[in-house]
This record gives sequence, structure tokens and C-alpha cells, in this order.
Amino acid sequence: MTRWGMVIDLDKCSACQACVVACQSENNVAPPNQELHEQGRSIHWIRVLPTFEGTFPHFRMRLFPLPCLHCDNPPCTKVCPVSATYKSEEGIIGQIFSRCIGCRYCTTACPYTVREFNWKKPVWPEEMKPIRNRDVSIRPKGVVEKCTLCTHRLQKGREKARVEGREMIPEDYIPACVEVCPSQAMIFGDLDDPESEVSKLVRSRRAFRLMEDLGTEPKVIYLSEGGGD
Amino acid sequence: MKVSEQDQILLKPVEQTTKRFWITAAILFSIWFIGFLAYLRQFHSGLGVTGLSRPTYWGIYITNFVFFIGISHAGTLISAILRISQAEWRRAITRSAEVITVMVLLFGVGNILIDLGRPDRMLNVIKHPHFTSPLLWDVTSITCYLTASSIYLYLPLIPDIARLRDRGVKWQRFYRILALGWQETPKQKRILERLISIMAVVVIPIAVSVHTVVSYVFSMTIQPMWHSAIFGPYFVVGAIFSGIAALMIAMAIIRKVYRLEEYLKEIHFNYLGILLLVMSLLWFYFTFSEYLTVFYGNEPLEMEIFRSKMSGPYAFYFWMMVGCCFVIPFVILANRKTRTVRGTVIASIAVTIGMWLERFTIVVPSLVNPRLPYVRGIYHPTLVEFAITAGCFAAFILLYMIFTKIFPIVSIWEIEEGRESSLQEVHERVKGYLPGMGGKSE
Ligand code: SF4
Ligand code: SF4
Repeated sequence: MTRWGMVIDLDKCSACQACVVACQSENNVAPPNQELHEQGRSIHWIRVLPTFEGTFPHFRMRLFPLPCLHCDNPPCTKVCPVSATYKSEEGIIGQIFSRCIGCRYCTTACPYTVREFNWKKPVWPEEMKPIRNRDVSIRPKGVVEKCTLCTHRLQKGREKARVEGREMIPEDYIPACVEVCPSQAMIFGDLDDPESEVSKLVRSRRAFRLMEDLGTEPKVIYLSEGGGD
Repeated sequence: MKVSEQDQILLKPVEQTTKRFWITAAILFSIWFIGFLAYLRQFHSGLGVTGLSRPTYWGIYITNFVFFIGISHAGTLISAILRISQAEWRRAITRSAEVITVMVLLFGVGNILIDLGRPDRMLNVIKHPHFTSPLLWDVTSITCYLTASSIYLYLPLIPDIARLRDRGVKWQRFYRILALGWQETPKQKRILERLISIMAVVVIPIAVSVHTVVSYVFSMTIQPMWHSAIFGPYFVVGAIFSGIAALMIAMAIIRKVYRLEEYLKEIHFNYLGILLLVMSLLWFYFTFSEYLTVFYGNEPLEMEIFRSKMSGPYAFYFWMMVGCCFVIPFVILANRKTRTVRGTVIASIAVTIGMWLERFTIVVPSLVNPRLPYVRGIYHPTLVEFAITAGCFAAFILLYMIFTKIFPIVSIWEIEEGRESSLQEVHERVKGYLPGMGGKSE
């Protein structure tokens, strides 16, 4: 069985935010606006999270690109009363926007605070409307949304392989953020395939997961800094 | 069926409506209407009109939800316990308690619907139920509770409805249908009493389950200071606590407005006051255990929230809660001299405010301090939220008032029955307890 996962190498990440922008346009996330941002209501499916250890001047700052971690044991899906958020067979935590009733129980249950809510109807500048991605639905107000690992690309990749009469290869399915990362800090693939690059990296000594002690078993795995390999 | 001379006063509110009633109703209606307009605005433009934002996804609507569902324990639970334990002093107060339950439940459910981002899709809960979600258990148990407590309110109403039908002043047809052909035959009475006692037993576990499940909505998540095993009983105790307080406030108003001093006596307030005192102590015990264990555990994330309640931005609400739920009621109610009608009502008002604050300090601070360090927010409810909340309270009081205009708020037949048979019955019963009195021992 395929189990999609992602590895983010913090050594390579330069916090350039290319992933943030790519995700924004790939998934039809309405452009940020000052007012909403100040209210804590801007929507990003992936953001670069700064963390601080210690106090000035002896402190260390780390930056984590943070999408939904697609937990293998996700607290968010258990609590949804209508199964609007669910775990697919291949481990992707999907979100059915047309079913979500907007109770925001999932957002309170997710310990990583990566779920977003549409407080208002998203506003698009006229000139941006034609360039929206047709493969991704536009969310109305009042529903929860979040990173889906660009599942529409998985469908596309699968269909492409079928039409061409072959097995899927890793290049057929790459999420937008991974694709654009200029320093190739993000690597995507099948965690269950022992030969895949991700599963090799996951076995490296530098691999760790955010708040591992919670038992959520994220499938987005970080490689700590100072690797050199 | 005739209503005796002395009980005529119980029918007065149904038969005569004063000017004062209309004025109060008009004021309450206006408040409700403002709340309704505020809701329309929210419905139209989305939850952005509230003060909620990441990471505080829940605010005063959820607080209201927990609070109202808590108040609902007034009625059914208290009245059922008093009925089962054959507390004779219950007769004048059960009805007013049961009405609170049914009406306030509607507002509890209403607040959940108000909180939904897509209320138009609420039926998805039935179309696509997902049973691992505590919210779904909530829907299930609250529906059960609403059904059971409506039946439990209706059954003891039947004989009184028949009395109204026989007077034939107004709405004859309406009362005739609802009275279900009640003629007070011994057989009918036997059946009714049987049904009431069955319902009284059924309703208690349902009521306990309701607030337990409400608490599970929080404690089933792994959020700091929510993930607590004590939440189930803690919420149930709090619910009964606020329920009794709400009941006493309602009783005091009814007594004053409809001049029912003869029925709702000092002694009722005294007894309920003692009950409230006990619940206050229990509440304190639970709160103490909850916070002390967190403090000793000293987990960094929990401590952050703990501090925000003890001395941080939520300290005002927290300490006000302690004052309202424990200090004020304890001082007033522990003293026989101050446990008067006025004293108990002051204590009850304090408890009601305190319990709302308790719900608030449980819901909000945990959300404001999520596990990840990058998002923090402070939550300030907006005017829209206040207007909707005020609208809910006004509508509740209005509905309650309207009920007293349609049905007697003190159960007439139970009072009559008390006069006719319970003196004798209690005499026999007490004899039964005592050794050497020759009473029949069951
Ligand atoms: S990171 Fe949050 S939203 Fe994503 S799967 Fe885990 S719990 Fe769910
Ligand atoms: S907000 Fe939507 S996805 Fe989240 S729990 Fe509620 S219905 Fe499910």
C-alpha cells in the first residue's frame, strides 16, 4: 500500500517562502489581505513557522515549513461529526469542503494549528479570477480547509499513467510546494516503499517529527540541522 | 373538575394578563429582535463578524451552549430526584423547574447552530453521521434529553390542562386536545402516576449523560487543560449547581409577580439554598482538584494556560468565577440568618454569573494558547456576539413568561393531592422508619 509522506530538510530550507506562494496559487487560496491578516484570519495551507529556544542574546531560532502533517493517527478526523475530514487509504488527510458544516471542532482538535477557517467569503481581485486552478474547488465562507498534499495532482498523475498504459512513477505526483522548492529541501514520496528517497531519509539519524510525544505520527518528517550529509 | 377557592390564584396568570406583562414582553421581544438582526448579519457575512480568529476558534457561543445545557439540569433532574425521594416540599416547584429544562435546551442547541459556519448544512449530521465524534454523541443525547424531558413536563400537565378545559374560558379546543380526555378516574390516575415515575427514573441517567458528553467534547481532544478525566463529573456537578440557581431565580420572580407567596414559601428557598450550598462546596472541591493537579504536574504547556487564568489575561474572569461560585454563595448560604428568599436569590444570581464565567474560562484560555508557539491570540467578543447572546437570554425569559400564560406554573393537582393524601401518607411513612412504632416496614 502506498503511504504518501514528505521529508523537509531544515539544513537546506532557506525560508524563502516559495512553497507558501506556490501552495497559495495552486490551491486557489485567496490572496492575503492586510485587514484579515491583522485579525489572524489570513489563510495559508503551508506557512513558515518560527520557533525560539532560549532568550536573547543566547537564543536559537528555527524555521519550520509547516503544512498539515497528515498524521497517521490524526486527532482531527476523529472528532468531525460528519466525516468531512477523513483519512484516505493512502494516508492523505482529505477534506470534503461541500460537506463541512463549519463547527471547527477539527481546528480545535489539531495540535499543530494548521487548519484554516473561512471567516468570510474569500475575495479575489478581478484579474486573478481567470487564472485560478480549475482542478481545485473554490471554498465558500464557513468551511474549514487545509493542505491536502495537492490530491488533485495524485488523481491527475494516476490518470496520466493509465492513459499511457504504465505504472505510476514518482514524477507523476509531486505536490506544488515540493515542486517549486528552489533548494530542494522538500522531498515527497511513498513511505512504505523501502527504496523510495523519502523512506531512506526517514531512516536517517537526523529525522524527527514535530511533537512526536503526542502520538499523532505525522507523515511530514523533518531532518534536523547540522547534517552535512 | 373544579379548582378549589384557595387555588384560584394559580389560574390567575392564565386568565388575566396585566399591562406589566405586555410591557416586559415588549422589552424582551425587542432585545430578541436585535439579537435576531445580529444573527442575520452573521448568517449573511459569515463568522468574520465575531471576535474569533486563529487559534481561538470557539468563543462565547460555545460558552453559551455549555452554560444553557447546564442550566437545563435544573428542571428535570432536580424534579426527578425530589419526586423519587418523595420529598413532599417539591409539589410547588417541580413544574417551574421542568419548564426551564425544556426551554433552555432549545437555546443550548440553538447556540451550537449559531456557531456553525454553515448552518444551512446542519442536516449533514444526520445524512453523514460519524460516530467517533463526541459532537455526534452530543446531538444524540441532547435529542434524547429534549424528548424525555418534554414528555416529563407534559405528563404532569395533563390533569391541569383538563381543569383549564373544564373552565372553558379560552382556547377550549386547544386544551381539549392536549387533555387527552382526562377525567381523573382512578384508573387514569394510576396510569399517569406510573408513567411519571417511570419517566422520572429514565430522565436521570439521560441528564447525567448529557453533560458528561458535553464535557467529552473538550476532554477527548489532546489540548492542554482540556484533556482531563475529571471533566465528566465536574461538568455534571456544575450543571446541577447552575440549574438550581436558575430555578431559584425563576421561582423568586414567579412568586413575586404572581403573588404566590403561599405556594413558594420561605422554606422552599431555604431547602434549595442548602442544596445550592452543598453543590457549591462540591464545585469548589472539583475545581480545586482540577487546578491543583495541573499545578503539581507542572507541564509547561498546561502551566502557560494555568498562569493565564491565575494571574494572566484571564485572571479577572477566573477569580470572579471563584468569588461568584464559591465565596459569595458560601458566605450567604452557610448562615441560617441570610438564607432567606432575598439571600438565596442573590447567591443564585452570583452562581449563574459564575458558572457562565467558568464555561468561558474553560473554553477560551486553552484555545488561545495552543501547543505550537507561533500562533497566539486574544479573544474579544464583538457586539454581534453580545447581541446574539442577549437575544438568547431575552427569548428564553419571554418563552418562559408565555408558558405561564398558557399553563399554570404551579401544579394544581399535585398541590391538591398533597393536601388530600400526603399528610396521612407521610405520617405512615415516618412511622415506618421508626422502630417500635408499629408502622409497616417495606
Ligand atoms: S496536522 Fe492537524 S490537520 Fe493535519 S492531520 Fe494532523 S491533526 Fe489533522
Ligand atoms: S469544521 Fe468541518 S471538517 Fe471540521 S469537524 Fe466540523 S464539519 Fe468536520
